[in-house]
Parts: sequence; structure tokens; C-alpha cells
Amino acid sequence: MSKLLSMTEAIRRYVPDGAAVALGLALEPCIPFAAGHEIIRQGRRDLTLIGPISDILFDQLIGAGCVAKIQAAWVGNVSEGLGHCYRRATEQAQPRPIVTEDHSNFTIGLALRAASLGAPYIPTRSLLGSDLARKNSTFLHASSPFDGSPLLLVPALQPDVTILHVQRSDEDGNAHLWGSLGICQEAMLAARQVIIVAEEIVSREVITSDPNRVIGPSYKVCAVVHEPWGAHPSAVQGYYDRDHQFYHEYHTRTRTAEGFQQWLDEWVLGLKTRQEYIAKLGSARLGALSVKEHRYAAPVDYGY
Amino acid sequence: MEYTPRELMVVCAARQIRDGERVFVGMRLPLLAFALAKRTHAPNCVGIFETGLIRDTPARELLYTMGDAPNICGALWATSTINVIGLMAAGEIELGFIGGAEIDRYGNLNTSLIGDWQQPRVRLPGSGGGADIASLAQRLAIIMPHERHRLRERVDFVTSPGYGYPNEQGPAGVAWRQRVGLPRGGPAVLITTLAVFTFDPATGEALLQSYHPGSSIEQVQEETGWPLRLAPDCAETVPPTPEELRVIRECDPHGVWTS
Repeated sequence: MSKLLSMTEAIRRYVPDGAAVALGLALEPCIPFAAGHEIIRQGRRDLTLIGPISDILFDQLIGAGCVAKIQAAWVGNVSEGLGHCYRRATEQAQPRPIVTEDHSNFTIGLALRAASLGAPYIPTRSLLGSDLARKNSTFLHASSPFDGSPLLLVPALQPDVTILHVQRSDEDGNAHLWGSLGICQEAMLAARQVIIVAEEIVSREVITSDPNRVIGPSYKVCAVVHEPWGAHPSAVQGYYDRDHQFYHEYHTRTRTAEGFQQWLDEWVLGLKTRQEYIAKLGSARLGALSVKEHRYAAPVDYGY
Repeated sequence: MEYTPRELMVVCAARQIRDGERVFVGMRLPLLAFALAKRTHAPNCVGIFETGLIRDTPARELLYTMGDAPNICGALWATSTINVIGLMAAGEIELGFIGGAEIDRYGNLNTSLIGDWQQPRVRLPGSGGGADIASLAQRLAIIMPHERHRLRERVDFVTSPGYGYPNEQGPAGVAWRQRVGLPRGGPAVLITTLAVFTFDPATGEALLQSYHPGSSIEQVQEETGWPLRLAPDCAETVPPTPEELRVIRECDPHGVWTS
């Protein structure tokens, strides 16, 4: 059964106010900016954002007033460091106060992995002795029942919806993702529901020709959105590279709340669809980011 | 030969990598340090990236982030973050690199916030994988700009544990890490724009190991928020060789990271 929806419809149906949303899970690549921008346009409120590092998408959602809570390892701009909207929200409660539960990349991954296993928590020795371990009130300090050694217990974290940007998917949400995977798979397996955003929609036969490349079970997928360039300015291996300049411009233009609002009007609120965003980027910029030299993997033989 | 402070930092970082080691490579300068070490004294080192990547050759193009497409091309393994940090949790990674906004004399790093935890004056991005690398790698190398407000007696928030603090149970240092349950590791070196520090494992204190050419012990003290202790063999930092500079400039011809 086809789960294809427009981005507008997918966000309207599956990302309600107050939802816990995991996104930006591959770290720097494959960040679902198109989905994030639609969340902003639809004026969602009181979201909890879950992720490892967030390379400006969390900052945008925070600045637009969509977010009540962050459960993440890092919120900023990988090209520049600080996220201005995250700073304004935390330091000045502008445009609204937010709560952060600080994680590391490992503990946020473990929290999702625990949920994916139906386990209440996963123990680790990472972060012991740090303020990170002490100040995130969801963590518990404990002793190993086997040898009494100190442990940090990372509780399971289940997103209401995980949004994944992938290279290709069929209409049912059987999706191929390649490159470095970050915590995409943990977040897909942990989530109640999953929205797949794909550069290309392909036939079921293309997907089933290489089942090892599938990121997770399609029965969890509630919507499939076909959105080429939907991860710009982040990279999608085999499709386009990261638009570093875009991150620099965002950093410079969002130093003030007024500057952020102008940026948001120009790149999100003033554009109805991703097609308008792509047209605004222009063919020269897209061309510069596109793949220059294809590098196909050797075929694998699933024969018997 | 003339060189920039950042070129010297890359050289100092690369010199921390021993041949054959598995190295958890951080953002920015460590990306170059890994490439430099590979192409000079450590051709058999292996780089591990927190996005979920292992490679034993430097990327063919300059990297702005570890997730850039050229870093994935030719990788030995493209996998998940948990898998690669898991290798480090299991004790298999010899050296890890991280940066920080603030550090103190015991090598504790802060990348979370300046000021009070509940009402911070500046909210910084947070740990990323930094706290994991500081907790789990066998040795930690830290790279930072050297400014008095960054090298403090005590940081406002310990994001990434170094050697802790002396307390009623005992001293800082390796003993502190054992007390809190960290499995191994601790800062081996702090590389700044002015100097290189090593650490005394018994007390956890930073020791000035070398000051960069053009700097001095006095200048380092002026820019450091704790009274310096000198390593017994404290000396001037060995400057980059022409070969090291040639390789760095091949990797970063426009000085994106090193100008």
C-alpha cells in the first residue's frame, strides 16, 4: 500500500503539537530540513526535539518558537559553533523558554537503543564524574550488581515520531540509507512511527535487490515523502555535498532575533514548498553541490 | 620557514599519534592532524569518526565536517555512532582528540555553558561526542585557543571529565577517575595557541611541557588562570619541519583551518 504523502500532509497528520520528534540523526549528513521547515510553517508548538548533534535545524525550530524541550548532545552550527537561537532561548527565554536534557552522542544513542530493545535502560561508564551525568535528571547513578562498579543508567527514550532523510525508498517505506548512519537506525527502531523523506522513490524490486541496505522495518513507517534536495544544506551521499556557505550565512544573519526573523521569512515562511526553496537556491548553486564523479559500489550477489 | 599558530598546533597534534594507533578524530584541526600523521610518521594509524566511520587513508579533499561526502568515499567501514563509540567504550581506541571552550588545571573541559547552570550567561552547544571521548579513550589530546578566560582554575561545568578535583576521598588524577568509575584514560596533552601541557597522573595537574617559539613561560603564565607548574624538561616547542608544513599546505591549500 502506498504511503506517499506530500510533506504538508505528512507533517499535518503525524507531527502534532507536543510531540517528541527525533530528527537529524545521521549527525552532519541527511538532516531533514524540508520536514523541519514544514513544521515551522505549520506553527507547531511545544515539541520535544531528540537528536545527537544538530547542525542548525534544531536552532531554526527553537528560534521559530516550536520547541519546549531538547534531548540532545549538541545544539549549534558545526561550521561556526554557537547556535544563536538556542542561546537566546536558554539565556533570555526568547522567543520562549526551553528545557534541555543534555546528552552525549553515546548516551542519546543508548537511550534510543534501549527503547528499541524494550529495555528500561542501558548502563554505561561514559560520563561518570561529569556534570553532564549529574545534571540530566533522567540519568541514574548505580552500582553494577555483578561487581559493584559505578555505572550510569541511561533510560529508554521513545520518540513519538522519527523523521529520516534517505537516499531512496519505495512507496511503502522500505528505505535504503548509506554513508555513515549516526543513530538513524536506533531512532527508527525506537520510534512509535517513522516519516521517511526520500531523494528518490524507487520500485520495491530495487529495495529488495539489496535488503542489507534497508534501515528498518517499513511497518513502522507512517508516511513516505518524495523530496529531492530535502536535506539541503546538509549532505546526502551520492546526491549532493554539504553547502558550507549556507551555514556561514545562517550564522552571520541570525546573530539578532530580528536577523533570524528576516532569515526565516526569506528561507522558510515566505516559501510555500520545497520546490520554491530549490528554485530560490538556483541552478548554479545546486550544480556546484551536485555529484561530480559517480562512485558506484560493486554489485553484491544474493543468488542461490 | 614561516608558519601560523594553527599550523604548529596541527603539527603538535599529529605528533601525539603513534604509528599503528586507532585514533578517534575530532572536528577541525584533528581532521588535518590525522592526515598529517598518516602521511609522515604514522602511516598505519586508523581514524575513527563519531558519525560512524573508520578509514585508514586521509580523505582526498579537505574536510569541513567529518560527515562530508569525501570522508565516506573509500572508508573501511560506514556504520553507526554506537558501534564506533562502543569500540572506545570497550577500550580499543588508543587516542582521542577533542576541543573545548574552557579547561581547568585538572584537564576538566566545559563545552556546555558559562555561568550558572540554571541561568547561564552563555549557552554553548554541549558535549557532542566529546564527553564520551574524554571518558573512554585510552589517552586524550585536547586542542584549544590559549586565552586567560578559557584556561581557568575551575570550569563552570564539567562536560568532559579530565582528572576531576581533589576531595575528601582523595586526590585528583588517575585516582579520581578510578573513584568515579571511569574505566581508563584521562588527558595526556593540552595543545594551545601558545604552549603544550602534559599532565601529572598522580595529582591530575597540568604541567607546562613546552612554550611555542615566540612565546615564553611568562606569557603563558599571563594567559593562564592557575599558577603554572613546569614539567622537569620544559623547553621550547620543536617547530614544524618543512616536510610537515608542505603536507599541511597540500591538505589545506587555502588555509581554511590553519590561517
